[in-house]
Amino acid sequence: MSALLSVAAVTVQFDGVTAVKDVSFDVAQGELLGLIGPNGAGKTTMLRVITGVVHQTAGRVELDGRPLDGLPTHIRIRRGLALSQQIVRPFREMSVIDNVALAAGLDKTASPLKALFHRRRTRELDIGRQLLSRLGIEQHADESPQIQPMGILKRLELARALALAPRLLLLDEPLAGLNSKEARQLADTITEINRGGTTIIVIEHNLGEVLRVCKRLVVLDNGEKIAEGEPEAVMNNPVVRAAYLGTGAAARQGESHAAA
Amino acid sequence: MEYEISLATTMAISVLFALSLNLITGFCGQISLGHAAFLGVGAYTSGILAKLGVPFLLTLPAAMLLASAIGVIVGFASLRVRADFLAITTMGVGFLFVGIVRQQDALGAEMGISAIPDAGMSKLAFMLFAVFAAAAAALLSVYVRNCWMGRVFGAIAEDEDTVRVMGIDVPRFKLTAFALGTALAGLAGGLYAQHLRFIAPDSFGFIESITVLSMVVVGGIGSVIGVTVSAAVLSVLPSWFQVIGDYKLLVYGGLLFLMMRFSPGGMAALVARIFHPDRRGAK
Repeated sequence: MSALLSVAAVTVQFDGVTAVKDVSFDVAQGELLGLIGPNGAGKTTMLRVITGVVHQTAGRVELDGRPLDGLPTHIRIRRGLALSQQIVRPFREMSVIDNVALAAGLDKTASPLKALFHRRRTRELDIGRQLLSRLGIEQHADESPQIQPMGILKRLELARALALAPRLLLLDEPLAGLNSKEARQLADTITEINRGGTTIIVIEHNLGEVLRVCKRLVVLDNGEKIAEGEPEAVMNNPVVRAAYLGTGAAARQGESHAAA
Repeated sequence: MEYEISLATTMAISVLFALSLNLITGFCGQISLGHAAFLGVGAYTSGILAKLGVPFLLTLPAAMLLASAIGVIVGFASLRVRADFLAITTMGVGFLFVGIVRQQDALGAEMGISAIPDAGMSKLAFMLFAVFAAAAAALLSVYVRNCWMGRVFGAIAEDEDTVRVMGIDVPRFKLTAFALGTALAGLAGGLYAQHLRFIAPDSFGFIESITVLSMVVVGGIGSVIGVTVSAAVLSVLPSWFQVIGDYKLLVYGGLLFLMMRFSPGGMAALVARIFHPDRRGAK
């Protein structure tokens, strides 16, 4: 399989602090890759480099063999990326369905002129309804996001990313804040989306679900890649165990399993 | 009757001017404390061209174009700075405009430009023309709000970082809001110059910027009907109550403060709360 996304020797420094150090990995077409690591490992920074919110100090990021470096975020999105953010940020002044429809209108929001001369959004509302029902929150379509609990907002965030019809979906802790049943359901949905042909990178602390759904893992610690491979092999890797457990975190891992 | 016609013309020009700011601040969330500068650019462009013998109606597109071009330049500032810093930047633009005009003899300096030639319309015809322009601006506003551009503007007003992640070119949309809004302000300026036949730098200063901002905020940021009504009412208050004219900055600044403190959604939100207590906001 050819690499859809290729991250090559990426380093990110903020004011002299190295957040990501010489990280390389490829994501194959159709893959569901887990990007894991302890807090502060540089996972979110890595995603931000891919979306262009953060600029790398060194290294390259390519999508389909074409460099993304230097391109603004919105162009990267139009090339086929979509991001579901860790901290949900729905537009609170719009209804749930309007949030999704706005994302689905990608071709109508391509330029101000197009946006000015297009009014109808039947197609976008249809896409929005389909996505909401796929994620099981269609009954909240016409409500305001302001009154929704975290479980709904997390799924709204995912629906909005899916509405962009991405080729590569970036998920930053999609399961955080969900109870174990919700997390399991959403993890299943993510697997289904992946089976539908969407390549996915998921950052997730819920190791139970990560190990269940991801076929391959990349592990970061202190900004460096410390392991890569099949979940079982990676989790048996002593370096990974040390990163997760070495700082007296055995109890914490137990907690995260309990949360899962 | 003459007095009423003049008053109605003033109202129409104010409504047009307030709707122009509403496009930028109300729809797209970009605060401006120097919007009167664009009224001034339009007024000076139209006034000077009219004195050079250009027919009044032809001065209006020029007024709109020049105001819009300068508006886009100021709009670039909105790409770099946000919210409170943008307020200070636009305030600076307002002072800059007055400062420059005051020093230019070609623009009449402190004395302004007087004896702007008549458009050849009767007072009534001119009033109807101004009302027509204001109505067209209101219709344009309603259209913009209901098309994809309005949806993007609303999203930018709320959270522009998330709008970027949705593949939308935020800078171009913001510049479009500035271009549209300042063009309409330029049109209002052209009508203003023709209405009064005399313009001076002080008519386009900070007080005017605060006045128009208070019209937008009192009406309800983003609400076309609210802004139309509040601009119509607030524009004639100084003519009815001498004391308001004397303490304009105090009155409008006070209104601005009271609204922001007690009803950030303006009168539109107050009305909506009275008639639809179950719904939030009114747009």
